[in-house]
Amino acid sequence: MKNVLELVNVRKSFENELVLNDLNLVVPEHTATVLIGASGSGKSTLLRCINLLVRLDDGQIFLDGEEITDPLVNVDDVRRKLGMVFQSFNLFPHLTVLQNITLAPMRVQGKSKEQAHDEAIALLKRFDLGDKADQYPDRLSGGQQQRVAIIRSLAVNPRLLLLDEITSALDPVLVNEVLSIVRDLKSDGMTMVLATHEMGFATQVADEVCFLESGNILERGSAEQVLQFPQNQKTKDFLRRLHEAGRLG
Amino acid sequence: MSEMKKSAWSPSSRELERQRLRRKISKRQATIAALSSILVLSIITVILITSPGWESVKTTFFDIDYGKEVFPTVVRGIWVNLQLTVIGGFFIGLIALGLALMRTTKSPALTPFRFLATAYVDIFRGAPLILIILLVGFGVPALRLQGISSNVIFLGTVAVVLTYSAYVAEVIRSGIMSIHRSQIAAARSLGLTSAQAMRYVVLPQAFRRVVPPLLNDLVSLLKDTGLVSILGVTDAVRAAQINASRTFNYTPYVVASILFLIITIPVTRYTDRAIRSRMTSQSQEGEI
Repeated sequence: MKNVLELVNVRKSFENELVLNDLNLVVPEHTATVLIGASGSGKSTLLRCINLLVRLDDGQIFLDGEEITDPLVNVDDVRRKLGMVFQSFNLFPHLTVLQNITLAPMRVQGKSKEQAHDEAIALLKRFDLGDKADQYPDRLSGGQQQRVAIIRSLAVNPRLLLLDEITSALDPVLVNEVLSIVRDLKSDGMTMVLATHEMGFATQVADEVCFLESGNILERGSAEQVLQFPQNQKTKDFLRRLHEAGRLG
Repeated sequence: MSEMKKSAWSPSSRELERQRLRRKISKRQATIAALSSILVLSIITVILITSPGWESVKTTFFDIDYGKEVFPTVVRGIWVNLQLTVIGGFFIGLIALGLALMRTTKSPALTPFRFLATAYVDIFRGAPLILIILLVGFGVPALRLQGISSNVIFLGTVAVVLTYSAYVAEVIRSGIMSIHRSQIAAARSLGLTSAQAMRYVVLPQAFRRVVPPLLNDLVSLLKDTGLVSILGVTDAVRAAQINASRTFNYTPYVVASILFLIITIPVTRYTDRAIRSRMTSQSQEGEI
């Protein structure tokens, strides 16, 4: 199987704090890699590094075998191949749902207004948001906003989807409507890397689970290996704390 | 569906009693407001009228017949102020936007422009407008450059545009800076270039935020066009001055002031309303 993403000895520090410590990661096509770990363990930074929103201190990142950490690579071209969804949705408040989704297809991919429009409507209908096309984001619930944000990132047909704790800002009732989209995408064969605290969901979609702690991947393997039979003491501690907080669904 | 709910619901006797009480309270408040306004206005009027110099002030500042006589001249003058405001406003907007973009750019090719824009803003925001008008109005013609008009209206407008574009650039820049970085991150992660993110995501949101301060600047601009009268432009101020110094009656100044107010007050009222409606629509706290 082809590898979509490869991280080789990726290192990043902010000020004097080492956030990513020589990380290695391989994400084959059509697989989902789930990053788990406490806040501050480096999950978000890792995703932002892949999207080139954060510059590495050292190491290399390959997308479809091409090094994207090469300074001569066009950042915008790389980002066109990546979809990113944020914890805080980050929809554009001055644009309607439809305009949010069609902005990149029209301006980045140069699609005609009609084509971008039709594709956006098709995506909205597929995820039960067809009636929201002309609404502004502030009229939508958090769950609907996050679904729109996912659709927005899908509209450019990304090679790889990066999801950064996309349900952490939602109340528990709304979490599932967002996660079900991700499950759909996974069964469509979308390649993705996601950070999450929803362990039940991780078990359902993950081909590989990585447990991060202070910038190191302490344990990795199938969801069953890492979540049911963790070997590392720190993984065990983390999962126990989650369990106590009632989040180990 | 909501209409059905509405018709099915009739207010309880408790709610009716509350409404009656609220009406009573607001009626009492309106009465107090009216009484207080009448009292304050009467006191001011009495102080004015009973002051020893009132009779002479009345004839030299509020001569209604003379006011009617000079009215057409002053109106022609304020027409000049309005034209300066509209034409000047157009160029101010263009230059200010350019300056604001230059100051917020990070593109290495534009580094010299960033420094130039900063210097420009520092100079023209820091120097009094009246000095800029005098320097441009008398200095530029002295250069005797080919092709540069020495028309005072033109030079006066140039001076006002130079100064105001510095003010407005800072307002626009503050609007740009107020847009949260996560919006830019979202735009860039979709593959938009930094110029596209500015054009389609940042600027539209920034403009909405800076409309009220820009309207304030528009009012100031209209008033400050009166300063070009020192170059000899026959605007409302100058027209009033000519008449007043001919007759030693200051009614033309009052006429000019009233004409300015007729234009500026609606704009300031509108600005206040725009700010208030934005604050209530954006806050979760409702009307406080």
